[in-house]
Amino acid sequence: MSNINELFGKELKVINMGLDSFGDDLKEQNIKTVQMRWRPPAGGSKKMMSLLSKLK
Amino acid sequence: MIVTKELNSISGVKEVLVGMGTDLNKELTGNLNLMTPEIEELTPNDFYIAVDTEKEEVFEEVVSKVDELLSKKAESQTSDYQPATFDSAVDALPDANMVVISVPGEYAADEAKKALNKGIHVMLFSDNVPIEKEIELKKLAHEKGLLVMGPDCGTAIINGVPLCFANAVNKGDIGIVGASGTGIQEVSSIIGKLGSGITQAIGTGGRDLRAEVGGIMMIDGIRALQKDPNTEVIVLISKPPAKEIEEKVLNTLKESDKPAVVHFIGGDPEVAKAYGAYAGLTLEDTAYKAVALSRGEEVVDVVDFTRDKEELEKAAKEEATKFSQGQKYLRGLYSGGTLAYEALQILQEEGIDGYSNIPLKSEFKLEDVFKSKAHTVLDLGEDEFTVGKPHPMIDPSTRIDVILKEAKDPEVAVILLDFVIGYGANRDIVGEILPGIIKAREYAEKEGRHLTFVAFVCGTNEDPQNLEKCEVTLKENGVYVLPSNAQAVRFSEKLISSIK
Repeated sequence: MSNINELFGKELKVINMGLDSFGDDLKEQNIKTVQMRWRPPAGGSKKMMSLLSKLK
Repeated sequence: MIVTKELNSISGVKEVLVGMGTDLNKELTGNLNLMTPEIEELTPNDFYIAVDTEKEEVFEEVVSKVDELLSKKAESQTSDYQPATFDSAVDALPDANMVVISVPGEYAADEAKKALNKGIHVMLFSDNVPIEKEIELKKLAHEKGLLVMGPDCGTAIINGVPLCFANAVNKGDIGIVGASGTGIQEVSSIIGKLGSGITQAIGTGGRDLRAEVGGIMMIDGIRALQKDPNTEVIVLISKPPAKEIEEKVLNTLKESDKPAVVHFIGGDPEVAKAYGAYAGLTLEDTAYKAVALSRGEEVVDVVDFTRDKEELEKAAKEEATKFSQGQKYLRGLYSGGTLAYEALQILQEEGIDGYSNIPLKSEFKLEDVFKSKAHTVLDLGEDEFTVGKPHPMIDPSTRIDVILKEAKDPEVAVILLDFVIGYGANRDIVGEILPGIIKAREYAEKEGRHLTFVAFVCGTNEDPQNLEKCEVTLKENGVYVLPSNAQAVRFSEKLISSIK
């Protein structure tokens, strides 16, 4: 059985990364949800991100 | 974004942008012609407010409103722990099985990859994800037997749970795989309205059926529904795929005995029939056929008014007598992209070529999307209308502006609107747009014209906004409300063609 079919039988548990409202909608329906406080890597600076990716 | 919406409603504010000094926000500020040397110098750690207004006091009002909204937001967030990294989020919810990602497109693919590598399914709402990244993600998901719904996937219902922009639809035995968000919303809602239900609605993102992506997620979705013991009928919704992908997808459907309804929006229905599937002719017809199959009833084409046909035809003729000389055009102002596209299709079948920002034929592309001409159908969710603003399903301000603008055009007779409700959407979309409708109608009346509004509500009675309540409110305010997009378009066409 694929993991997709396994998912169909399970309780949905969600990590919401981004817009709070999507997470709020899920919580309102009593779906277990963790809302992330997501921030762009390197503080959103493209220059810094490109430097960081070179370090990896 | 939500803060922006509240600020736009302050009187005297033409445009407003609130955010951190990221490259993206600075670009948006430039697009709104609000760039200053000071903003240019900001870093991602700086918070700024840019307002286009003629009065200093309006700016002060905006600043104090931002203070108020942000402190309100901070208060509501203090109760729950909010992890900053994906690893800590997984620690907080170790058996998480779905990640919903709506961060900016340039970061989204990397985050999705982290989730897949942990064996977690992904709904990727973010757009602006490069197609190469999409292919990479989908190949990885396929290897691992996981879902990657998206990028640019607005709608899914998994195990009865609506994700992002989706409706509360009863459980049943119809499984949907779709490459179109509002397409899934319209089909699943009509299935719900007809008293049937769905198992899953898997979104794939609009590019899945392109030759480069190869329909990876649609095919994996179909196979999962074929194996799912609760799914008895399979529905596919997409714009016509690349030819070789179409063949692959339709051949996959033949791998099981489960009946399927295929709606390639604007495509040739004979193609699906050649593979033994039923062809959906509109989103509504697709839903009706799926329900008929689920109930073991005869499958017939539903391409007309489903109730009160004679009354509606009579009403259209009577209404058309109220227009003044010169009023002859329809303006469809949509928040749902696929719904706008379907409206253009149905009009074309009736012999009307609509101008649009998403036209069926290139010669009907509007030169200026802010200047409608002849019969026009607009997708107001497209980028040109949403710069620096939330989607029109959340923020109706742009649509209200366009309604008022159309009301001033002496050649406009009918304004057609979609109201998409459900999770993700504005909780009072009807209440917020209604004053615009009333004002537009009053303006036309003052000029000696009669303006007719036609609408439909995409959603269910289980949605937070409640379908019936929305429909009743619109009807009480003199709006013709039809049960589907297809019927609302047909009624609008009847009105236009009844004009002498």
